[in-house]
Amino acid sequence: MLTAGLDIGSRTIALVEWDGQRVVREEVINTGVDPLENSRRLMEGKTYTKLVATGYGRGLAVEREVANEVITEIKAYGIGAFHLFPEVRTVLDIGGQDSKVIQVKPGGGVAHFEMNDRCAAGTGRFLESMARIMNMEFDQFSQYALEAEGSAVRLSSICTVFAESEVVSLIGRGEDSRRVALGIHQAIVSRICAMVKRVGFDHRFVFAGGGARSLCLQRLIAQELSIQLSVPDNPQTVGALGAAIHAANGIGHPERRKHG
Amino acid sequence: MTEQYRAMWEKLGLDMQTHDVLLQALPAIYEKTYLGQKERPQAMGFYDYVVSEIHGLRIKELVEHREKGGKVFGAFCVYAPEEVIVAGGGICVGLCAGADFSVPAGERIVPRNLCALIKSAVGFKVSGVCPYFQVADLVIGETTCDGKKKTWEILNDYIPTYVMDLPNSRSAADRDLWITELKRFVAKVEETTGNTITPQKLADATTLINRKRAVLQRLFNLRKARPAPISGLDALLAVQISFYDDPARFTLKTGELCDELEARVKAEQGVAPAKAKRILYAGTPMPIPFWTIPSLIEQTGAVVVVEESCTGTRLLAGGQTSITDNNLDAQLAALADRQLQTNCACFTPNSARIDDILRLAKEYQADGVIHFSLSFCQPYNLEGILVRKALKNAGIPVLLLDGDFSEEQAGQLKTRIEAFVETL
Repeated sequence: MLTAGLDIGSRTIALVEWDGQRVVREEVINTGVDPLENSRRLMEGKTYTKLVATGYGRGLAVEREVANEVITEIKAYGIGAFHLFPEVRTVLDIGGQDSKVIQVKPGGGVAHFEMNDRCAAGTGRFLESMARIMNMEFDQFSQYALEAEGSAVRLSSICTVFAESEVVSLIGRGEDSRRVALGIHQAIVSRICAMVKRVGFDHRFVFAGGGARSLCLQRLIAQELSIQLSVPDNPQTVGALGAAIHAANGIGHPERRKHG
Repeated sequence: MTEQYRAMWEKLGLDMQTHDVLLQALPAIYEKTYLGQKERPQAMGFYDYVVSEIHGLRIKELVEHREKGGKVFGAFCVYAPEEVIVAGGGICVGLCAGADFSVPAGERIVPRNLCALIKSAVGFKVSGVCPYFQVADLVIGETTCDGKKKTWEILNDYIPTYVMDLPNSRSAADRDLWITELKRFVAKVEETTGNTITPQKLADATTLINRKRAVLQRLFNLRKARPAPISGLDALLAVQISFYDDPARFTLKTGELCDELEARVKAEQGVAPAKAKRILYAGTPMPIPFWTIPSLIEQTGAVVVVEESCTGTRLLAGGQTSITDNNLDAQLAALADRQLQTNCACFTPNSARIDDILRLAKEYQADGVIHFSLSFCQPYNLEGILVRKALKNAGIPVLLLDGDFSEEQAGQLKTRIEAFVETL
């Protein structure tokens, strides 16, 4: 048996192949302007017993018969995080166009979840825009912020568009750019942690999604919540992993939903 | 619905160019949302027809009514007493307020940070694309929120707008105030139509509206069955049409729909399998053509079995208006007593609404509740928090959403709704 999970996100597409026991392949590519074509290329020459799609492109994937079934990212992240960290109770996913906090039941099912508002504030997109303004790549930007000496420069705007001009004027005013970078990370962390606190959390906390690649976000969130975070080795493929496991669980038991 | 009505629309002063764009957009949306549904009751054909003639035949009827000297009253709220309007020989129609299409026009004269319903309504008037607004002699506003309260003052520059002062509480003094408001409204309708409202006329009108209310209640009762005999989308459509179609015709046709549904219930035939998840929608009204929320819910395979909304059970609150006495004051008091059972979020406290949601969840065997509030609608947005708390305490899954009429939010709403249904 070989199943696959395909997570078509706004920024990246992740593919995980699962043989029923372990991950046999995982890939992350840019979504681009033709997500289906890019997905197909990722799976060229492969046949799967079952393919489950998730992410914002999931509907299209099943409509065009690339996938057999769809589940939401929320369910997929619950299953994926549970597989990696069986004790998990809360999953934070910072993605390219939204952020989610998922409260997980014992067994990996979703008990409760919350998503950010429908703008880029509070998402990975916010950090990407800010990194671009400072002429940096996402990973480099995170490292740069961690090098700041002294406190973060406070950003008053959380709207991506307004924050861009605020950052430009802060730098133009001569503020230390590392402390500005730290302030940018702090702004998104405050917003996201408010959502985490609304949903409720404890120390069994998994941080995943593309945002979890940022060491700076990891550190600031851990500080803000006063807990240690569990971060998967490959945080961007947790959703695809969940989808692949879900696909395997469904085989032979179409009505059975082991996870959730 | 085009060539034959062009002369009429031009005479009504519609902005023909913009109106054409709207008319071209509607059929595709309707087809996509409605006509692809499985196992639709045959009797829905009537409503399909009414929608296809939304700016045609019904407007023609209203124009003819006016040509004979009759008056048309436009309303936005279930507190606008249709009984009184009908008793004065007028026709009451719900005005257009549910489309993103007219929001940009609305934002030209009211602030952006306002609920989509108000912006849409104002936009329809100022851009001249709603024939209902064009044919109305008087708009009935009411003080159900700050946004509406002030909007009426602005709208009055574009069309005569009469405001009813709905109290925000339910004490004896508040009841007296509302009865006074109904009396003041009787005088206004008499002045507008030139007809005297006699106790007999009001009794007859109340009987007519009671029949419409009864048939709608019958429709809702049938939705309690498992499997659900009708989709939430179709039931919502019937309710939306009840706001502007001729009451007697609507009652007759909806009776036929109910007969068909009754046979379905007996045969245990439904629009979805018996195990389909049943959703209670609670929150702000869904004016035509705002179908996004039930559409997204039902795309997941779940069924909306009841709406606790002014386009749902709140419209039917209080049941039948009693006609006990051939005395106008007594009848207006009975009307007030029936109306004041409508649990609008403008009331404080409004715990009866929460009790109602809990009761409906049980009666309609709901697996979960989706509470949707238009963004910037403070009463429903805030009350949603109390609703969520009460439902959680009762062990009923609940999802709180807010949004507007635009398509831009659909992706996120879809994920939220799908994930919620997955958890049920």
